Amino acid sequence: MTLRRSLSMVLLCGAGAALVSGCASMKVAPWDRDLLAEPKMSFSPDPMLSAIDDHIYFSTEGSTGGQDAAGGGCGCN
Amino acid sequence: MDALPLRNRFVFTVLALVVGSTGPAFAAPAQGPPGAVAAPHFRLPTFTGVAVDSDSLRGEVILVDFWASWCAPCERSFPWLTALDTQYRTKGLRIVAINLDKKRDAAEKFLGRHEVPFVVAFDPEAVSAKAFQVPGMPTTFLIDGAGNILYSHVGFDPGKTEELESKIEEACR
Repeated sequence: MTLRRSLSMVLLCGAGAALVSGCASMKVAPWDRDLLAEPKMSFSPDPMLSAIDDHIYFSTEGSTGGQDAAGGGCGCN
Repeated sequence: MDALPLRNRFVFTVLALVVGSTGPAFAAPAQGPPGAVAAPHFRLPTFTGVAVDSDSLRGEVILVDFWASWCAPCERSFPWLTALDTQYRTKGLRIVAINLDKKRDAAEKFLGRHEVPFVVAFDPEAVSAKAFQVPGMPTTFLIDGAGNILYSHVGFDPGKTEELESKIEEACR
């Protein structure tokens, strides 16, 4: 019973791993990256606005790099 | 068989599966001098309407540059390509910039922003890029008069062009 259960788990997890990493070896050809290069595909659609938001965030929180960079919390910016 | 070794085996199997299947995703494309490899043949329509054939350029040093309008480093490389053309045309260098845009108007809009004294060819199906096994955008191939690839470079950095320029200088001697 334990062996059967363990084997089922192995199969299940193996199938899960294959499922989540199945496309890892499929590369998008360099010449097919036109859609990926469009501004709407970026995580931040407006880098300028994101920079302002970041500045407001670390100024109000007094924690430089509080969002995505290494830094202290001197609140001196 | 008790449960613990089997669990270990299970963890190992899952790890092996994940690592094995994601490994090729991190493989870096090869760069640098590929040696005496024959450059693939291409015949493509150009901006002026006349087709460019790699065979007709035999005997001359060719710089093949693969680019696209959406590629930011390609935008920076065009003034450099123009300067190269001015400097080396009389020494026997022919620049062929192969555009890989799927939409011709995007490429023409890009070309409107640049002075383009060299040959610009269009390959929306990327047949030549597949033949050259272009690993990234832009990619530059330096081909000698015998049709062999002397050097290739992926990407463009205006501050790091000395190596390619010295290869061109050497090839044009």
